[in-house]
Amino acid sequence: MSDHSHSHDKGGFHAHSPEEVSKHVKVYLTVFIALLIGTVVTVALNYLHFESKALTIAIALLVATVKATLVACYFMHLISEKKMIYLILGFTTFFCIGLMALTLFSYADFPKNTVTH
Amino acid sequence: MEIPYTSKPRPDTGIYNAKVGIWLFLASEVMLFGALFSSYILLRVGAPDGTWVHGMLNIPIGTFNTFVLITSSVTVVLGWAALQLGNFQRYKFYQAITILCAVAFLGIKSFEYADKFKHYEVWLKTPVTVKHGDKEVQTDRLLGHIEYQGKHPYFWNTHRLAGTPEVRDKDGKVIKAAVPAVEAFKFTVDPIHYTMSPKEMAQARAAAKGHKHEEIEIKSTDVKRLQAFVPAHSTYFAIYFTMTALHGLHVLGGALVIFYIWGPGAKMWKTDPQRYINRVEVSGLFWHFVDLVWIFLFPIIYLL
Repeated sequence: MSDHSHSHDKGGFHAHSPEEVSKHVKVYLTVFIALLIGTVVTVALNYLHFESKALTIAIALLVATVKATLVACYFMHLISEKKMIYLILGFTTFFCIGLMALTLFSYADFPKNTVTH
Repeated sequence: MEIPYTSKPRPDTGIYNAKVGIWLFLASEVMLFGALFSSYILLRVGAPDGTWVHGMLNIPIGTFNTFVLITSSVTVVLGWAALQLGNFQRYKFYQAITILCAVAFLGIKSFEYADKFKHYEVWLKTPVTVKHGDKEVQTDRLLGHIEYQGKHPYFWNTHRLAGTPEVRDKDGKVIKAAVPAVEAFKFTVDPIHYTMSPKEMAQARAAAKGHKHEEIEIKSTDVKRLQAFVPAHSTYFAIYFTMTALHGLHVLGGALVIFYIWGPGAKMWKTDPQRYINRVEVSGLFWHFVDLVWIFLFPIIYLL
């Protein structure tokens, strides 16, 4: 077989070398464990009932963001993607932040003495 | 017409077309869920004190379901990795676990939904004294379960208590039988209410542990409002059901596609293996996205 990590010998598909794949599998399993730990941490912290509501929310969202990043980077392979995909996601990020920002702006602009219920 | 670049990468982008396709689709999905997440934030920060429902979902069950979904995500990539080595049997094994996890997730979610549909809040015209843990409180708002004629009814509301007359068609044939009015019903009172803080709620729950929940009789004439935990109950349950049901539909759709590729669509492995691997990858990308949405949904809906 060739010295390259990729070869084209298996019945017309792009076969990968066993070493390369087993390296990936190790990463997948590590991420899997990290996600399980992240979930346990989020739930455990919730039972502690911090005094500060802001802190509770910040920690929960921080752990969720770390977990989401792990999934996106390793399970969805964003850590090593082609430029085209990053371009699409660049636009998505921009518009998604815009969406959240507009929501917050509208909240900040809430008329005083509005009856909400 | 043959679709171009289904197996080989397109020279200018460096990727096969289906991958660009799924990422464009996922971009639109991010905006769809993003809109709902921003609605959640607005509803939540706009809720006056004591009106935001919390602590009503079963956290151990939700945590377990999170584990189920994370497991299904890792089996997708493991299956895909097995295919890259040409190990079709191992791929079949891993994706079978993925599909089972998807079914388990939906099964558990349905069980949770059904549980909400027979869990109630009742607003009374005059306050009563009930136990919240070891404290006695006077309140006109109770959470709990209805028992009526030996059954725990689903989907009741204020309107149901009054009953409905029978409905006949123009020939006088009864097409819907009359539903008799409810004069009174038994109510098993929860030792908590969501107007408490999470900490007070946990303390009241702990204090009430091992004790039988209080059972009281409520006359329909004393009821100001009765509502099961359905979207009509509150903005919390409205956004809860909207987001989890939309997410659940994604789980269902993703599972159907993965099942098709795994089962009847697996013939392609013999005829065009690279294209088959790509299909597995693309369906996997969708599946991870569904997992990713849940990673945010779980804490904001169950915990915060």
